[in-house]
Amino acid sequence: MSTATTSAPARSASDATVRSWKNPIILSVVALFALFVFAVGAPGNDVTFRLSEENDPIVLPSIVVSAPVIGWVAALAMIVLAVLAILRTRSGRKIPVWVLAVFAVLFLIAFLTWVVGSARTPNVALYGLLAGSVTLAVPLIFGSLSGVLCERSGVVNIAIEGQLLFGAFAAAVAASLSGSAFVGLLAAAVAGVLVSLVLAVFSIWYVVNQVIVGVVLNVLVSGLTGFLFSAVLSEDSERWNSPPRLPVIDIPLLADIPVIGPILFQQTIVGYLMYIAVAVVYVALYHSRWGLRTRAVGEHPKAADTLGVNVNRMRFMNVLLAGVVAGIGGSFFTLVAVSGFGRDMTAGQGYIALAALIFGRWNPIGAFFAALLFGFATNLSNVLSLLGTPVPDQFLRMLPYVVTVFAVAGLVGRSRAPGASGIPYIKG
Amino acid sequence: MKLELIGITKRFGSLVANDHIDLVVEPGQVHSLLGENGAGKSTLMNVLYGLYDPTEGEILVNDKPVTFKGPGDAMAAGIGMVHQHFMLVPVFTVAENVALGNEATKAGGMLDLQETRTRIRRISDQYGFDVDPDAVVEDLPVGVQQRVEIIKALVRDAEVLILDEPTAVLTPKETDELLGIMAQLKADGKSIVFISHKLREVKAVSDVITVVRRGKVVGTADPSAPTTELASLMVGRSVSLTLDKKPATPGEVTFRVQDLTVQAPNGQHVVDGLSFEVAEGEILAIAGVQGNGQTELTEAIMGLQDHVTGSITLNGNQLLGRSVKEVIRAGVGFVPEDRSVEGLVGTFSVAENLILNRYDDAPFARGLSMSQSAMEQNAQAKIAEYDVRTQSAQSAAGTLSGGNQQKVVMAREFSRPLKLFIASQPTRGVDVGSIEFLHRRIVAERDGGTPVIIVSTELDEVLELADRIAVLYRGRLMGIVPGTVSRDVLGLMMAGMPADEALAQAHDVQGGDL
Repeated sequence: MSTATTSAPARSASDATVRSWKNPIILSVVALFALFVFAVGAPGNDVTFRLSEENDPIVLPSIVVSAPVIGWVAALAMIVLAVLAILRTRSGRKIPVWVLAVFAVLFLIAFLTWVVGSARTPNVALYGLLAGSVTLAVPLIFGSLSGVLCERSGVVNIAIEGQLLFGAFAAAVAASLSGSAFVGLLAAAVAGVLVSLVLAVFSIWYVVNQVIVGVVLNVLVSGLTGFLFSAVLSEDSERWNSPPRLPVIDIPLLADIPVIGPILFQQTIVGYLMYIAVAVVYVALYHSRWGLRTRAVGEHPKAADTLGVNVNRMRFMNVLLAGVVAGIGGSFFTLVAVSGFGRDMTAGQGYIALAALIFGRWNPIGAFFAALLFGFATNLSNVLSLLGTPVPDQFLRMLPYVVTVFAVAGLVGRSRAPGASGIPYIKG
Repeated sequence: MKLELIGITKRFGSLVANDHIDLVVEPGQVHSLLGENGAGKSTLMNVLYGLYDPTEGEILVNDKPVTFKGPGDAMAAGIGMVHQHFMLVPVFTVAENVALGNEATKAGGMLDLQETRTRIRRISDQYGFDVDPDAVVEDLPVGVQQRVEIIKALVRDAEVLILDEPTAVLTPKETDELLGIMAQLKADGKSIVFISHKLREVKAVSDVITVVRRGKVVGTADPSAPTTELASLMVGRSVSLTLDKKPATPGEVTFRVQDLTVQAPNGQHVVDGLSFEVAEGEILAIAGVQGNGQTELTEAIMGLQDHVTGSITLNGNQLLGRSVKEVIRAGVGFVPEDRSVEGLVGTFSVAENLILNRYDDAPFARGLSMSQSAMEQNAQAKIAEYDVRTQSAQSAAGTLSGGNQQKVVMAREFSRPLKLFIASQPTRGVDVGSIEFLHRRIVAERDGGTPVIIVSTELDEVLELADRIAVLYRGRLMGIVPGTVSRDVLGLMMAGMPADEALAQAHDVQGGDL
């Protein structure tokens, strides 16, 4: 082989412009899918979306649309957007955010119309779908707020699942024994703190790998509550496992507003606490001394230490506070959703909350909306299986998890975790 | 404020980092601590700042003994510190960084950043800092970040400012500005403890110089003392600060870089249209302040960067688009800038580290197994040749001192015939004795006819080694100048002035040499 003349052709500058074809390709594939399924495969009938019930104080007319029209219009609009994305990427420019947002909304409308239209009864209560999403999102939102509090201060919280489950268990037992749902709520918060305490002691004092402590805690709580459930709770479930439910509190007048009323103003105390917690954590995190210090110890603990902030105490307190939040979230399962504890009843919601935290970019508001999306996916799968759609039930039940995977892997992009999240701080 | 350290001793296990150090800082004085890397200067300052508890000894503020449980106590006593590695939260704004730990608050613990902004503007105006309180720190140039650190100390009413190797990250121009700021602070009655191993700067600003070696104060010196005297005090023996090297006899040009551009993932051109050549038997130094594309340039040559365009040829062979292994096989030796992370595997033995680039060649590889005896023999030979101070060839490389680690890396790279040798920061964190040795080895390689590229942010090193000097600024080449060029010209180029303008301007001024 000659060595002097094997000079490979140099690459030209235009090839190497850093551009990602990921988004245009995804958009094109999805748009084509929409064309063939939602437009070509559209059911021929009309679809009804109800906005209120007949006996509501304010009655709004239902929205009736033709499935093929919506299918074709949305699919063609999505194709236009996909082509736009391809052109923008080819000329080396960025795809505007509104393109992605409009695309997502179109997809959602087309999908809903198609899937409801294909059901045996092509008629769905839109307000119920949304209100149900919020309800299902409540534990997720509490869970991801718990994650925000921990991770913003630099401790990875895998134990959200355990905190929720132990909160649910404690709420059920305490409420059953005392006969008061509010005692149950309090007990749930204490239970969450107990799980947090173990996490904090091992990960901060003993510098054990935080992910491992979290996973072990989840398994521990699952085993402990599972054992107590079969050994104690099932033996005398009248005494141990029949908690009263938290009452739904309607806020006068506001609760009667169509669509919005059921979402915001017909909640249990846990639901209202959820809204308050999101707002409080957001404001405190970005506008208070506590928040500044929390973010500092999560980003650059040494800098905080050299300014006289006690890093590990800050982290310890935050992890305990996270336990309060997640514990209250856990009470949702036994005091709101159903009345009574069941083995492993949180069913992986803590991990979905973790995904919501990442999808929401470690921001309380972002986590709130991410959790709503997951709640919506869960509720949609419930509603659709009741309506009787052509999609098999098993696939529908996968929906929330598919959304999770896509959200975390694909759409988030370069989401930036707090700089020191998961890294223990050792002085010196 | 008068600050006194009496008999400060700090031990880490069996290691004595500070051994009965006495130091007095008078008000309104610039007191320099001069010493090599690892002499214990930073440890002493961390003790003073409350980050470490002293094993023995006492700190007096205005003749009263004090104990600092943490930096908070030290700050309350009027001590402020600008750390070598800035203690700034990169994603925070300047105001948030300054407020942290000392927050002005409204009712209910809510932040009052307006108050902090006002304070920053006041200090910024007073000293001519030109710092925007709402800028995000990670977007600021290092020189400005350093000013933010100084503001942090001043906001807390610091009377004594400790500056730990503050010039290491600065351009010569920024260094001049910093020295100006120090003079201003001194005029305001603040005391400054200036830590450095750069003799010229120390001589320029100090009122008193204390020299530290191996954890002990070995003497004080007057700023007017000759440089060689300070150097021998610092190192403990007479050192030749100049390298004897014959003029280069460049041969054929074998290494060519044409129009090289490297894009960062965000699309920014971190190396922007570079073209240069290196001949056999010459040293091209690449100068510039850290972070101006040097790392990306060397990594692009080695095949460690994506999104590279242009052409890199060695003896007519295109290196661009080849794997790292193919580049190494083509005869390129590379000493990366961070030896402990990229140059060595810290938990591997010295012997293993010495063959990382040849582990699958004879005699070290025999089929699927490795020959322990060949490794051991090779290690013994290299340890003797490079005078590597290690307990044995089987010691973990991570346990060696910086200088000895660098010798291991160099020994490995020089252990096979090279067509091109690249070294990034070859003597960073290396003691003066080892520097001499490493420099002589590099020059010997040049004299053997290898083209050599040295990347260094230290002007002294650049001027010492280079036959020609290329200056990088924001990824672009400011020009290539002869190795005999003056510091002023290099300083201007490092701040972004093209070579011809810099030469013209330096010629006009003919200013003092700093």
